[in-house]
Amino acid sequence: MSRQAVITGLGVLSPGAIGVKEYWELLSEGRTATRTITHFDASPYRSRIAGEVDFDPIASGLTAHQVSTLDRAAQFAIVAGQEALADSGLDFNRTDPTRVGVALGCAVGCTTSIEREYVRTSDSGRLWEIDQDLIVKQLFDYVNPSSLAAELARLVGAEGPSTLVSTGCTSGIDSIGYAAQLIEEGSADIMISGGTEAPLSPVTVVCFDVLRASSNRNDDPAHACRPFDRTRDGLVLAEGCAILVVEELEHARARGAHIYGEVAGYASRANAFHMTGLEPEGKEMSEAIDVALRMARIEPTGIGYINAHGSGTKQNDLHETGAFKRSLGEHAYKIPVSGFKSMIGHSLGAIGSLEIAGCLLALQEGLIPPTANLHEPDPLCDLDYTPNVAREAKIDAALTVGSGFGGFQSAMILRQLDDEVK
Amino acid sequence: MTTSTMSTTTTKTKTVITGIGIAAANGLGPTGYWRALMNGQSGLGPVTRFDVSGYRSKIAAEVPDFAAARHLPNRLLPQTDHITRLSLVASDWALKQANVTTDDIPSTEIGVVTAAAGGGYEYGQRELAKLHSKGPSFVSAYQSFAWFYAVNTGQISIRHGLRGASSTVVSDQAGGLDAIAHARRLIRHGDNQVTLIGGFDSALCPWAWASHQSSGRMSEATDPAAAFLPFDERANGFAPGEGGAIMVLEAAETAIERPGVRIYGEIAGYAATFDARRPNRDPGFRRAIELALADANAGPSDIDVIFADAAGEPEADRAEAEAITEIFGPRGVPVTAPKTMTGRLFAGGASLDVATALLALYWDAIPPTINVREVDPEFEIDLVLKHPRHRPLRTALVLARGLGGFNSAMVVRKF
Repeated sequence: MSRQAVITGLGVLSPGAIGVKEYWELLSEGRTATRTITHFDASPYRSRIAGEVDFDPIASGLTAHQVSTLDRAAQFAIVAGQEALADSGLDFNRTDPTRVGVALGCAVGCTTSIEREYVRTSDSGRLWEIDQDLIVKQLFDYVNPSSLAAELARLVGAEGPSTLVSTGCTSGIDSIGYAAQLIEEGSADIMISGGTEAPLSPVTVVCFDVLRASSNRNDDPAHACRPFDRTRDGLVLAEGCAILVVEELEHARARGAHIYGEVAGYASRANAFHMTGLEPEGKEMSEAIDVALRMARIEPTGIGYINAHGSGTKQNDLHETGAFKRSLGEHAYKIPVSGFKSMIGHSLGAIGSLEIAGCLLALQEGLIPPTANLHEPDPLCDLDYTPNVAREAKIDAALTVGSGFGGFQSAMILRQLDDEVK
Repeated sequence: MTTSTMSTTTTKTKTVITGIGIAAANGLGPTGYWRALMNGQSGLGPVTRFDVSGYRSKIAAEVPDFAAARHLPNRLLPQTDHITRLSLVASDWALKQANVTTDDIPSTEIGVVTAAAGGGYEYGQRELAKLHSKGPSFVSAYQSFAWFYAVNTGQISIRHGLRGASSTVVSDQAGGLDAIAHARRLIRHGDNQVTLIGGFDSALCPWAWASHQSSGRMSEATDPAAAFLPFDERANGFAPGEGGAIMVLEAAETAIERPGVRIYGEIAGYAATFDARRPNRDPGFRRAIELALADANAGPSDIDVIFADAAGEPEADRAEAEAITEIFGPRGVPVTAPKTMTGRLFAGGASLDVATALLALYWDAIPPTINVREVDPEFEIDLVLKHPRHRPLRTALVLARGLGGFNSAMVVRKF
């Protein structure tokens, strides 16, 4: 009997949205939540725009101790994790904890805490020898992001296989792909998965500044991320988190769980090209899409929606447009495409799971969220990118893709289960 | 995505190691490293790479005589941390030994899965220092990726043109086993025919040192021979090291068809568990071992040697000794910790332990645990002390734990 991974719980913290309900409202209304950075004084930097989560940790149920010791990325994972668990309806008193694991995605770990602690213990970078007397005991956990997965595993009492998947900006997809694989092979019945990222700190902003990869449309931060638009000038950094309960189908059915959809296909490939650059044709992304389609046993005509990486950099949007055409042929022109980063920015290792959560909601609601800020289409990006206004559509299966530093290219197909299978 | 489309449940493809690249404080390359282990040669000593006088911990294992510029093109040097350079060179060695090239195997079927822990500490510290003491315009254009956790996977993939399914996993010191298991999964799944696996780490800059010191588990001994004494009554923490291993893992069926290929052994079993610290729950370490044995279709009596996690910290050593004794009986199987010669290597540790286990199978010898004079009498384990034990070996068990509750176990077997 083959085992199949389905998603039975969602929890979200996004720029402009606390919780799944607000997240869907934002996406379906095509609202943008990017703004001038408020987390720190960004005036010295080229790009001063970000998607920030308006997150009150105490109001979200965290203790003062958690707030003072846990990195923001860990706090996100706990709060979104609690929402996902409640949504899944799982009763952990009646679930075998040894069959529950964690696969959390994150690209840059506890950057904010790392930078803060570095500045504090090095006299603002003047000392090469870090002052050992100023070190906090959490430093090890900040520097080693497996602590984030451990935090989530302790939250749910998971005793099964647990790890952090860190594949740059595809971490959010790859963590869920990893979770699905563990369920299919029988290593777990439930995986708490998804991605968390809270990278908004000077060093992160600088990293993208020096590459000129981020938008410097500082006078119009709400409309700075413009995927597929002729005037696009880069990505907008963001923070966020989506935690998903990934569960074995029979396990979910036996307890009468609500099933959002199945992980029908997933693949990741490396472009072996450049740590930060993309070759224009999108061959490896296309290869990942092809494998995901084969695994899902689905023809291009079966894909009703493409959730693009849509980072809004010149090269990315061309790259993935090429990949979609390569894999889906003529049908690529008929499938609605859209990019959520236009609304909520690019939260690195979290965004892939935020996008997956959005795809599952789109399947359920029969509505395709738009690409915001798309007013002057780039003639080289000639697919249907669902500009600015959501569109009603009955979708059976959605494709989501991601692309990241290190050359990672990932694709996942999410499909609604037939009513009789549900 | 159903398993029937893959091959996981129907045919469990055997995966074997055909190439080993090693850099450790007591040896570069499998031959030099193995000779050092057989001689009980330690790489531990006072830290020389930076001024350690302001720190409580003083001892580490440094990889000497590694001149990156001799092995790597100049353009790679400004964009790589020391651990990435070590990873790249070890990947060159491993691929060469396995005789794997993209001329013979499609590049889309060769992937890379590495373990990471703290990333490229030294690179990160240098760029943070520039940012905060000089200003944003002084930060390297390479910082965005040079320090981050996926860097070694990405750079290895680019260097060798490997386009298969690739990943990076982070579960502290258990991550090395998790990475190898994931690579096996990708091969069984049909994504890859070959996957480079492993990890490297280094703690030899003040920022890394400070972070490891904050965990409270590093030894403060000043004598290198007293700084890492797992299972000893005098255990007082660990000494960190620099190094790791990159290996070539591939499907057995295609490996045996390539001419001149040496098969070190098979990744026969694996499991991972987590300790969530809930009341009245059994420790997960023992369960990881039992599940790994079951995955390998092996019983306790099939295991010829155990490569211990060997935390070097009394409570953690006790937990490991008890888990081993519960499954294998008192002194039921030889246990060893050659990492007493290399220091604990974080992301590189479990990878190097698997490489060491495979070399042990190859040479039919168990390398010793050094510096430990006597096993704590409360621990009923047969720790291989001082000298190697020569005997036929068929199956080895490798154990690893990560801070926070991660437990992993892997069975490797002669093929």
